[in-house]
Amino acid sequence: MNSLIEFSEEQSMLLDTAMDFCNSRSPLDKVRTLISTEKGFEVEEWNAMVELGWLGITIPEQNGGLGLSMSNVVPIVESMGRQLMSSPFLATTLASHALIHGGTQAQQNEWLPKIATGTVASLALQEEEGDWDLSNLTVVGSSNNDSIVLTGKKTFVLDAAVAELLIVSVSLQGEPALVCVPIDAIPSEQIQRETVIDETRRCYEVNLDGVSVPKSAVMANACFDAIQHASLLLLSAEMAGGLASTLNTIVEYLNTRKQFDRLIGSYQALKHPAADILLGLESVRSHVYHAATIFDSDDKPAIDTALHMAKASASEQFAFAGDRAVQFHGGFGFTYDCNAQLFLRRALWSQYQFGDEKYHRQALAPLLLD
Amino acid sequence: MIEHNKDLEVFQADVSTWLKENNPKNPGFILPETFMEVGTDQQFEFLRDWQRKVYDAGYLGMAWPTEYGGGGMPQIYQDIVNAEMAKQRVPFVPNTIGLNWAGPLILNMGREEDKQRYIKGILNADDIWCQGFSEPEHGSDLGNAQCRAVKNGDDYVVNGSKIWTSLGSYAKYMILLARTSTDGDNKYAGLSFFLSPMQVDGIEPQPIKKLTGEYGFCQTHFIDAHIPADCMIGAEGEGWQVAMKTLMFERGATGGQAGGLSMMDINMGDVLELAKRARRNGKPALEDPLIRDELVQLLIEERSNRLMNARAKIPALNSERPNAISMSGKLRGSELKRKFTQFAVSLQGANGARYVSAAAVDGGRWQRSYFNSFSATIGGGTSQIQKNILGERVLGLPKS
Repeated sequence: MNSLIEFSEEQSMLLDTAMDFCNSRSPLDKVRTLISTEKGFEVEEWNAMVELGWLGITIPEQNGGLGLSMSNVVPIVESMGRQLMSSPFLATTLASHALIHGGTQAQQNEWLPKIATGTVASLALQEEEGDWDLSNLTVVGSSNNDSIVLTGKKTFVLDAAVAELLIVSVSLQGEPALVCVPIDAIPSEQIQRETVIDETRRCYEVNLDGVSVPKSAVMANACFDAIQHASLLLLSAEMAGGLASTLNTIVEYLNTRKQFDRLIGSYQALKHPAADILLGLESVRSHVYHAATIFDSDDKPAIDTALHMAKASASEQFAFAGDRAVQFHGGFGFTYDCNAQLFLRRALWSQYQFGDEKYHRQALAPLLLD
Repeated sequence: MIEHNKDLEVFQADVSTWLKENNPKNPGFILPETFMEVGTDQQFEFLRDWQRKVYDAGYLGMAWPTEYGGGGMPQIYQDIVNAEMAKQRVPFVPNTIGLNWAGPLILNMGREEDKQRYIKGILNADDIWCQGFSEPEHGSDLGNAQCRAVKNGDDYVVNGSKIWTSLGSYAKYMILLARTSTDGDNKYAGLSFFLSPMQVDGIEPQPIKKLTGEYGFCQTHFIDAHIPADCMIGAEGEGWQVAMKTLMFERGATGGQAGGLSMMDINMGDVLELAKRARRNGKPALEDPLIRDELVQLLIEERSNRLMNARAKIPALNSERPNAISMSGKLRGSELKRKFTQFAVSLQGANGARYVSAAAVDGGRWQRSYFNSFSATIGGGTSQIQKNILGERVLGLPKS
């Protein structure tokens, strides 16, 4: 179990398709253009993803999806990560995962078919303090007849401006719960864009004060584990892609830039860290595909271990590669024009979502040592 | 290996029982970790006796032909024995060069009389073999070997020296790479390969004291040493090809090895076990939060290496740089071992400063292991050279 990696024909085809898709539709100059737009992605590309069936991969067949394993989403987000391709795909896939594992029958029937055909949804979990423990909540839901009235703020809500549904974690009578909040229930001025380090991302602060939803909006169970698992898997996969492109960016510059009459890649001070980054990439990809392989098994300690390891190594290695990418580009690396900053910013955003490497190592300690 | 049948299960049970009953008791002195670290007669005799016992029981060279002393059985039987030996952590068999390199080479391309003459002695440890590839001035650059062998009647006269000849002072034979010609542009074409006797006037193995304080390696000097011309294997000038073939056996890529363990296994499981019992600053080392984090990091790295080996078998997940994982194996494995043995010493509090002695934790084996770990981060191309190779051959960066 510990060293098992399987890669199906299906995953292999998805990887090829996704690589082609992201390469042709998300070259880095386009990524830069999209940074200055409000939405941060193109509806045309989103529709193409929907057309390919990607939004419905894990949605059960009776709800209009393909009913396949989350491991099939991994090659797709990895490919998106390689091209820094921005879209509400990650947010929506995670929200549908939450609905599949925690939603009531009625919620699933209402939302999953819509998501499979392109409705954007997102998770609202994080709060102002930046705590990674998802059950540590200050947003409170109070019962009022047949309704629940919310108070408090959520932060880092991905793509909230285009989402039709937010899945919000709240404290309900002292217990953590998840609530389906249609975006119409939130006054638009209570959704404010945040300034985040990765400019390709769209994150929002959502003020839930006074927002009221029917009691039927409460989900069947607060599936924080399922959400955490899927988030770690997909985020790590996306980071593996970003790390691969960071390495390629470094190698290309080391092979073209001359200083003191020599290609700078001939200097061991740059060559050896490049080799270290290569090993980091090989390691992260291996952890990611191992985690994908066992994702649907019922061995929870093995899955927890695999995912903590994947996110810990992805966080450490991607941040290191991004840092070195800037440094190795010299003066050019200090400019906004150099693509190294795009990768460093992506690395840092990802590092601090769902736990950085120290957080995950701390979580691993009892699993591995006691 | 996938084959499962009743015979094999019975066989495995027999092997398991035999090993349990015959695994030598703690000899009362510290055993070397590999054949490269055999530093005293006491250690050597102990390990040679063990190899003889294993061979006499029929558990060594099981897949080698019976006419030369082998078992003539399918390889699966030896594989089962090897796995069982690793599981029970029995001592290694010391004639590593003979069992893993020279023997397979002789069986593969030797003459009938070579097979008759050498194979049995390799298996029963009567004839210890050593290796003469590296030279003091050339490190891992084998193609540049300068040790000269000049034809003189029925002999070659050898002058020069070889370094890192493990078991040199116990060996009866050496696989020797020497230069028989200095003509021509191609340095490789002037090399020839010999199955050289060691007990010859003018061949002087001089033990080298290692940083561990132990002996084990020699520098072997050749001073007008006459070796018989018919101990050459392959034709004159084909030494490089023969050496490459031998190195394939070393990497285990082609099979054909006699079997048995070639080193003492030390892994992260042992470090974890040590962390539970070693005391650091008045408490079990495992309770120290910094120690815990370092352990977790090492365990992640160990898992990374294993997962990379699993992923290397899936071409669709290695399309961009198909050689990255295989070409980094030695670097990753040897560096991890250096790091975890160094770390194991740090678990021992002030006792980390002890060395091989009764008062040291585990007799000082961790300190010694850490020192010995450099043999793998240096030998076979240093870690720094490995990073050059990865940078140049895998990433396509310009030469340094």
